[in-house]
Amino acid sequence: MVTEAGSGHPGGSLSSADIVTALFFHTMNHRPDEPKWPDRDRFILSKGHCAPVLYAALARSGYFPVCDLLNLRKIDCHLQGHPDMNKTRGVEISSGSLGQGLSVSVGMALAMRLDGLPGQIFTLMGDGESQEGEVWEAVMAGAHYKLSNLTAIVDANGLQIDGFTRDVMNVEPLPAKFEAFGWTAKAIDGHDMAQTVEVLDWSRSVDGPVAIIAKTVKGKGVSFMENQAGWHGKAPTVKEAEQAIMELRGEAVPGSETPAEGETVGG
Amino acid sequence: MAAELKPRATREAYGEALLELGKRHDNVVALDADLAGSTKSGQFAKAFPERFFNVGVAEANMMAMAAGFAIGGKVPYASTFAVFATGRAYDQVRQSIAQPRLPVRVCASHGGLTVGEDGCTHQSIEDIGLMRLLPNMKVVVPADFNQTYGAVLESYKTEGPMYIRTGRPKTPFLYPEPPATLGRGADVLREGSDISLLACGIMVVRALEAAEELKKRDISAEVVNVSIIKPIDVDTVAASLAKTGCAVTAEEHSIIGGLGDAVQEVAAEYCPVRIGRLGIKDVFGKSGTPDQLLEEFHLTTEHMVGLAEQVLASGK
Ligand SMILES: Cc1ncc(C[n+]2csc(CCOP(=O)(O)OP(=O)(O)O)c2C)c(N)n1
Ligand SMILES: [Mg+2]
Repeated sequence: MVTEAGSGHPGGSLSSADIVTALFFHTMNHRPDEPKWPDRDRFILSKGHCAPVLYAALARSGYFPVCDLLNLRKIDCHLQGHPDMNKTRGVEISSGSLGQGLSVSVGMALAMRLDGLPGQIFTLMGDGESQEGEVWEAVMAGAHYKLSNLTAIVDANGLQIDGFTRDVMNVEPLPAKFEAFGWTAKAIDGHDMAQTVEVLDWSRSVDGPVAIIAKTVKGKGVSFMENQAGWHGKAPTVKEAEQAIMELRGEAVPGSETPAEGETVGG
Repeated sequence: MAAELKPRATREAYGEALLELGKRHDNVVALDADLAGSTKSGQFAKAFPERFFNVGVAEANMMAMAAGFAIGGKVPYASTFAVFATGRAYDQVRQSIAQPRLPVRVCASHGGLTVGEDGCTHQSIEDIGLMRLLPNMKVVVPADFNQTYGAVLESYKTEGPMYIRTGRPKTPFLYPEPPATLGRGADVLREGSDISLLACGIMVVRALEAAEELKKRDISAEVVNVSIIKPIDVDTVAASLAKTGCAVTAEEHSIIGGLGDAVQEVAAEYCPVRIGRLGIKDVFGKSGTPDQLLEEFHLTTEHMVGLAEQVLASGK
């Protein structure tokens, strides 16, 4: 998809692919044939540059044809470089300017509470994104309003554009920060599907807002992308994409000595 | 046109000039918000790590920090994408930089639609307007690599706050070498008598092309590169309007608030003539290649020619 587009953000899409998969295909109640179903759970992609993983999940859920994915970022395609709620079916908010999604989520959660709606909001953020001061204004508000219908997930892949998050501007310890603001925080391995699913489900039952700090690997599943800042926002070539897809499928890559890495949990 | 030079992006000129300023002046500091590779401040970061501050994804904090550096006697250059430098951190730029008249250089890359595929969230179409509205703020939009390089070097000595907008795409050279000064910021690149084409940024080269095309149609167009949008060079702009009697403005920006409005203001006060504004017509951008977007949003040479003919046809 990103190869066809010629630009885009594979690294952070892959680090959150397991989390997004768990949400769309296990945790969330949603109706692809009725995107505005009032009782649905909502997925908010605050780190809008990871649109590819959202679009893939939406397409595979049936919100729009999978073949649309190949027109990502092309002129006149509804799949914009960053999500647009007025263009793409199933996209809950427009995002791309980092740091705003949790604030929007707080507003949505309050509106849903006023209307007595049962849905849970799952908001996915980046660890680099958490450097925005607005994130912490929203965290404060989430606790203040005791938003039990709000679950924030931080894709803690340790990288941002200019390098490792700890080198650019350290955001850790994230769980302690959320707790200090009055949230229930839980650190998980964001590639351990059983744990991810369990904690996402559990977050619904907690009184007050929950933050899940998911330790992940940026570029997860593609050997040459893993933990590389350079793959934040770069499109793979056709050859690289072929290798990436084979590795992600767990197939042996022809001509390479090392067999593709399996989904070794904790990787 | 300096056609023999291979096109280069104006943001690259920013990176190189900033590095040069770092070598010349110990009190130059640079800040970025996790986009040092894209804005090109990374070159300075490498050479002077002790004077470079990457604040992370935190533009508001960066702008107010830059104000602090200026108060502390440094000359800060703060860079990020134009959309975040102006929109995200507007109040910090307003309250902490513009109002106290501090010598902070807000150096914004990725201005306009030619950001391309990232789409409307990253395409800044209102930054010139936002910055123009702030008292004390000088607003500079250079047209090519060399003019950007010269502008950044010159900015070291400029008093007060300044906004410099650069772009993502490679842009043809117009100036054979970096000018020592922008002067008053309105260069008449081509003389003409029938209509004035006043342009900034990437539209200047298109204005020159349009003038060439208009010549084939027996229309003599004057081309003015307006690199300082504020304070605009009233004398040069008004003189050109008086000479030709009508104009087209062209910018990679909304038709509201940018160069077009700045020229209209001059016209209204000093020389009321008919003016057509080529720009983004009060809508947000979208994903696409830079060329596709320029076509779709009517920012091509052909559109400029068409608008010029329309203005002329409607009478002076
Ligand atoms: C307000 C804002 N500033 C800057 C950017 C440019 N930008 C896009 S992604 C990114 C880094 C984000 O890092 P992180 O949140 O850790 O994302 P991930 O590692 O999951 O891709 C930046 C600075 C932006 N989109 N929005
Ligand atoms: Mg990250």
